[in-house]
Amino acid sequence: MLKIKDLYAGLEGKDILKGINLEVKAGEVHAIMGPNGSGKSTLASVVAGKEEFEVTKGEIIYENEDISELDPEERAHKGIFLSFQYPIEIPGVSVTNFIKTAINETRKAKKMDDMPASEMLKMIKEKAAMLEIDRKFLSRSLNEGFSGGEKKRNEIFQMAMLEPKLAILDETDSGLDIDALKVVANGVNKLKSEDNAIVVITHYQRLLDHIVPDFVHVLMNGKIVKSGTKELAYELEERGYDWIKEELV
Amino acid sequence: MNSGFWILNSELKEMSFKDKLLSSYIALEDYLEFDSPLHDVRNNAIKIFEEKGFPTKKDEEWKYTSLNSLLKTDYSVYSNKERNVELQDVRKYFLNEMDTYKLVFIDGVYSSFLSETTHDTLDVCLMSAALNKKKYKPVIEAYFNKAAKSDSLTALNTAFTKEGAYIHIPAHKEVEKPIEILNFSTGNEAAMFLQPRNLIVVGENAHVQIIERHQSLSTNEVLTNSVTEIFAEKRAYVDYYKIQNDVESASLIDNTYISQQRDTVCRVHTFSFGGKLVRNNLNYFQNGENCDSTLKGITILKGKQHVDHNTLVHHISPNCESHQDYKGLFADSSVGVFNGKIIVEKDAQKIDAYQQNDNILIDDNATINAKPQLEIFADDVKCSHGCTIGQFDEEALFYLRSRGIGMKEARGLMMYAFANTVLESVKIPELKVRINKLIANKIGVSLGFEL
Repeated sequence: MLKIKDLYAGLEGKDILKGINLEVKAGEVHAIMGPNGSGKSTLASVVAGKEEFEVTKGEIIYENEDISELDPEERAHKGIFLSFQYPIEIPGVSVTNFIKTAINETRKAKKMDDMPASEMLKMIKEKAAMLEIDRKFLSRSLNEGFSGGEKKRNEIFQMAMLEPKLAILDETDSGLDIDALKVVANGVNKLKSEDNAIVVITHYQRLLDHIVPDFVHVLMNGKIVKSGTKELAYELEERGYDWIKEELV
Repeated sequence: MNSGFWILNSELKEMSFKDKLLSSYIALEDYLEFDSPLHDVRNNAIKIFEEKGFPTKKDEEWKYTSLNSLLKTDYSVYSNKERNVELQDVRKYFLNEMDTYKLVFIDGVYSSFLSETTHDTLDVCLMSAALNKKKYKPVIEAYFNKAAKSDSLTALNTAFTKEGAYIHIPAHKEVEKPIEILNFSTGNEAAMFLQPRNLIVVGENAHVQIIERHQSLSTNEVLTNSVTEIFAEKRAYVDYYKIQNDVESASLIDNTYISQQRDTVCRVHTFSFGGKLVRNNLNYFQNGENCDSTLKGITILKGKQHVDHNTLVHHISPNCESHQDYKGLFADSSVGVFNGKIIVEKDAQKIDAYQQNDNILIDDNATINAKPQLEIFADDVKCSHGCTIGQFDEEALFYLRSRGIGMKEARGLMMYAFANTVLESVKIPELKVRINKLIANKIGVSLGFEL
């Protein structure tokens, strides 16, 4: 589904990602771990198409197409979703109206008619229930005054509504207490299928107890330096990252 | 010197319209009654106008707005031609979704056919009737021109006062439906100068909602110099909406004066979406304790449109509040001005005055001039003001686009969201939907949800 080949990208001529290689197949869950500043969020933003970052070398192949020149909305239309580490507050637009716009814009891009209101409503109800989201919450302004947990839950709600093929969850666990974490993880697990893939970016192994990865990658200094199975996450939790650095030397 | 010649030339042109007005006044005087106390008021007013003339950029208050180009036009001061306006021509400007009282003026003349007035427990009728009929004399004498300032444009209107809305709500009366004041101009004359004059007296503990609109039905030039005086007696509640969405050949100078007695709530929302040049002089006088004044506005401009909001909140009494929130979106080479003045008198202790003005410049050639002015003579007050001028937040745009919302729609949604926060305080749901649609229309994007 996603094949990243020797990817270099950065800001203002300074590379943050220095030769990333990663392959994610349909039905898989990948975890990307690493210390602060290793380039985890940059990788997520570059795949989602944030224009601020410049790709200087390499390819991002998604469903057999190089997407590195596509606009963020075009990538979204193809089924790429990024759950933001820091979701943006937009006063004046309700959660419901925002998601309706997102869905219908995506449908428009696919030359489909707007989703019928009744179908939309049914879907909103269903997904909100799955994530234990209150109705009142949906009429509030997008992310405005939301707690950290509410913001993250809202991100996963959007993911549930948009049904992406490739979801990148950027530190979705930060700011969540254990109960909220379970609800969110449970929601993500329900969205998992043979046809889609999930990339989880996290500092901690905690989230991976609930969203069990098939592969774990360690990102350091803009490079994937070690890959393994879920056991690697436990090892990192226990021993930190220094031993990997030593291994590299 | 070349530049000197041009100044002189433009002054001559201005003088000509001024002279035309002055000689029109002499003609008008023949029709005025000798013994009317109004006659003195008019005479004083025309003297003020004669002395001061039209304001120029040299006046501090008019630094960013020039009337020069407007005053070069040869306006007709009144029109004798037959007006043929059918309901179908103007229906779309009415708030059709609900029942309302209506005061409709065509080229400055009352249209009984299009209006819906009342004298049943409250007066929703005509200024001309109020000025001439004996039974209104006490009200006219007590209120007319008592809140208005004596600046030259207001004085000009006062001198020529002839027609407009007269609304008198008796004490304890809650008006069950909104009142619409609609001023249409037909284009019967090549260029028309209109001066509506409204007097609104809201009695003790009474409640009223008013919607005012100026609309040209042609592309001929129109210049309106409107004066509205609103008196809120104690515990009265006034909710006033100004819809300014006129064609690009129409200009408006709106002078509104609000005199508040104790425990009153007066709110004015100004929606400035159209017109060539619009100047809003909105003045509040808090004459009693516990007044609440709200001034909110949304300005959305494009092309070469120019809108100037000049607000004054005069805190005269203690324990009052004022809230100002103006938002502006400026495209192309449009120009916005926000000049917000707050005066806090020595006795006006423990007041809370808030002023916020946020602007987004959509294009590089758009301009906003923002100038908050605070004059505080009391020592125990809360005054805050903020002003922002920005462009679109790139992070927010990326967030929207990452959800599949294209660049144009993402910008549209951001603009809609930005303006929409002002609408929260609109108390007439049908009007709110109307304005919502106007905003979406102005921004020019179809949003993925029903408004």
